[in-house]
Amino acid sequence: MKVLMFGWEFPPHISGGLGTACYGLVKGLAHHNQDIIFVVPKLWGDEEPLADFVNASDVTIDYREKRFKKFWKNLTYLEVSSFLVPYLGPDEFKKYTDYTIHDRTDVDESVFSNKFEFSGKYGKDLMMEVSRYALVAAHISKNKEHDIIHAHDWLSFPAGIAAKEISGKPMVAHVHATEFDRSGESVNQVVYDIERAGMEAADHVVAVSQLTKNIIIKKYGIPAEKVTVLHNAVLDASIIKSSYQKKVPEKIVTFLGRITFQKGPEYFVEAAKKVIERDPNVRFVMAGNGDLLNRMIDRVAELRMGTKFHFTGFLKGDDVDHMYAISDVYVMPSVSEPFGISPLEAVRHNTPVIISKQSGVAEVLNNAIKIDFWDIDSMADAIFALLHYDGISKMFKELGTEELKKLKWEHVAEKLVTVYNKTLPQKP
Amino acid sequence: MRTICFYFQVHQPYRLKPYRFFDIGEDHHYWDDFLNRSVMRKVAQKCYLPMNALLLEMINKYNGAFKVSFSMSGVFLDQLEAYAPDVLESFKKLVETGHCELLNETYGHTLAALKSKDEFQSMVKKHQEKIKKLFNGYQPKVFRNTELIYSDQIGAMVSEMGYDAILTEGAKHILGWKSPNYVYVNSINPKLKVLLKNFQLSDDIAFRFGNKGWSDYPLTTDKFVNWLNAVPEEEETINLFMDYETFGEHQWAETGIFEFMKALPDAVFSSTNFTFSTPSEVAAKIPPVGKIHVPIPISWADEERDLTAWLGNDLQDEAFDRLYEMEKLVKSIDDEDIQRDWSYLQTSDHFYYMCTKFFSDGDIHSYFSPYDSPYDAFINYMNVLSDFMIRVREKISIKEISA
Repeated sequence: MKVLMFGWEFPPHISGGLGTACYGLVKGLAHHNQDIIFVVPKLWGDEEPLADFVNASDVTIDYREKRFKKFWKNLTYLEVSSFLVPYLGPDEFKKYTDYTIHDRTDVDESVFSNKFEFSGKYGKDLMMEVSRYALVAAHISKNKEHDIIHAHDWLSFPAGIAAKEISGKPMVAHVHATEFDRSGESVNQVVYDIERAGMEAADHVVAVSQLTKNIIIKKYGIPAEKVTVLHNAVLDASIIKSSYQKKVPEKIVTFLGRITFQKGPEYFVEAAKKVIERDPNVRFVMAGNGDLLNRMIDRVAELRMGTKFHFTGFLKGDDVDHMYAISDVYVMPSVSEPFGISPLEAVRHNTPVIISKQSGVAEVLNNAIKIDFWDIDSMADAIFALLHYDGISKMFKELGTEELKKLKWEHVAEKLVTVYNKTLPQKP
Repeated sequence: MRTICFYFQVHQPYRLKPYRFFDIGEDHHYWDDFLNRSVMRKVAQKCYLPMNALLLEMINKYNGAFKVSFSMSGVFLDQLEAYAPDVLESFKKLVETGHCELLNETYGHTLAALKSKDEFQSMVKKHQEKIKKLFNGYQPKVFRNTELIYSDQIGAMVSEMGYDAILTEGAKHILGWKSPNYVYVNSINPKLKVLLKNFQLSDDIAFRFGNKGWSDYPLTTDKFVNWLNAVPEEEETINLFMDYETFGEHQWAETGIFEFMKALPDAVFSSTNFTFSTPSEVAAKIPPVGKIHVPIPISWADEERDLTAWLGNDLQDEAFDRLYEMEKLVKSIDDEDIQRDWSYLQTSDHFYYMCTKFFSDGDIHSYFSPYDSPYDAFINYMNVLSDFMIRVREKISIKEISA
């Protein structure tokens, strides 16, 4: 089967979990001998050759062609309210736009130019890029033969829709996160509209968890039978043995992720206070960056636990592994997490995890303590227990790693192929 | 007798290097040697060396009729020894003239006076020793507390330590209708004279001198002398207190600040009945007019002249309280490195960097801060403090075991 897949990023150049998930999926599909044309706004040239990669920035199109003009008319509305960046808070937004502005090599601003240099980032011209990406998609679908279209998240939904209109092939919309996960109840209407249009236009929808499927049904009005749950997997389930040594005598409890509403950092801070009151020989670490960072720092100071609760800022490379390696407990208190891959990384480092029931990963990981994100008492109890009662943490370490081995992208891809087959027009 | 009293504050903090969570428990060197050295060298070239040379020339020229005073923090003196021995030599030359008075302060440029009498006294003693050692046995008689922070209680502590006088801000809200141009006494112990900064005339030089948007720009010696003459005849002392870095660093050489100072004595001698005096001379010669009541501490910072530049928000209070919790433990340890770091960690600047008064006085704060935000300053400081606490506890437990 030939799959025309639209993504937004691909390893090694990623800024979020979307790229990693696409990579796993493509790898799994390749294992099952599926042909994939993978389109991204910008290719860097060092991607692993798992698919026929198409760099949207290289595609030349004649924008005066009538059909494209029609798309363009439908798409330009996206740009109007383009002052938004879906995954970023205001602080990160500024950093990102600074970065994006300096990082972009050449951008021809004219609508009727032949080529458009995508940044492939989540920067200030995001909406413009999303709509132009759709135009390019239409062009590609005309010229590249394919059986099915598969679009990942709202950024590439307009591309999927455009491709489908041109080629008439069935489309699968893959939802890795919804606007409700990112923004709570204060959703961005433009993004929501795109998500909904994508899911409605799709012949089938794939959700990364039951939790996400429920949101898709409830908030987007998609019929349940049109949605299949395909949990994410891990690329490598092997245990990571780190030689990195902890330098402090205390046990370490870690939060690692974007410090934004979605991730529930404030519940971690409150639980930390409760634990420290009972056991002062613990250090808490909040690793990451985000629009709630300063508020968390203020709160930690207000709770007078500044020498027990540390902030590392954004971690990258080896530091991430070091952080997992020296952690005695890993906590992911997400308010709404479609999947959430980081607890699985913690398990690979033999670190016991506490995850919120409001996360997709809770559906696949049994050997973890699951709590409601808002229940700081239970969170504190769980942290205390994992720090002090060796029995549970030992059990979690052993069984958790066994569980990981079952989460393979090959399995996910196998199920995905079944979804494709179901979606393809049935031969008479 | 009518007189002008110049006092210059000379201070540079030991700035912390970027200290990460991963460094806690491992890296015990906290100071940004490169940054501290570069700042010191830069300011030495722009301010300390040329201004010291100018003052020496002026003192010699007027044969002692022109005189000044300095307070140099211990952290500054340590950095002079490390990075700028040439500057230290030029300060020594100034002191040798006999017309340049030195004041005492806390060694670490600390806020200890607000927290612990014991720590305050030990920081003052440490400073006394430092001055004595570097300046040929010099013993200051006048005290100035960090950032001119003063209250009745602080005055009483200082008086107890045997000082004749203390300097502080002539803050409007404590003076009311009174003038700063008199000598006052501490309300608890009247033996201690209190000299108040004339912030109008001081800030004309320190803050407004090069400001082209100021209605009195440019400030000439003629203009300044007219203002001095406009002060009522019975008001006897004009205390001009400012950061020494005013000359060449806050006000660049291009503003003409050096020429202004060079020309000032002639203008004063020819057109006014003012002389120049040091703080101890003012305290000795001018009779005090009454007590000054300062129940709540004042400082020379910002519009409010209070403590909010260093203390008051959660970040600052948390850092401050955690630091001074260590006091007793640190005192019981006889270890040179621990004692040095303890002094340097108390420096008021660390708390100043955590100030969140962005929208009023934030400009001047961010000018002086090596951090992007008060939050960064807090995180970095707390990481360092966490490591320091580990070291202190280790030393204590070693001591207990060997005992």
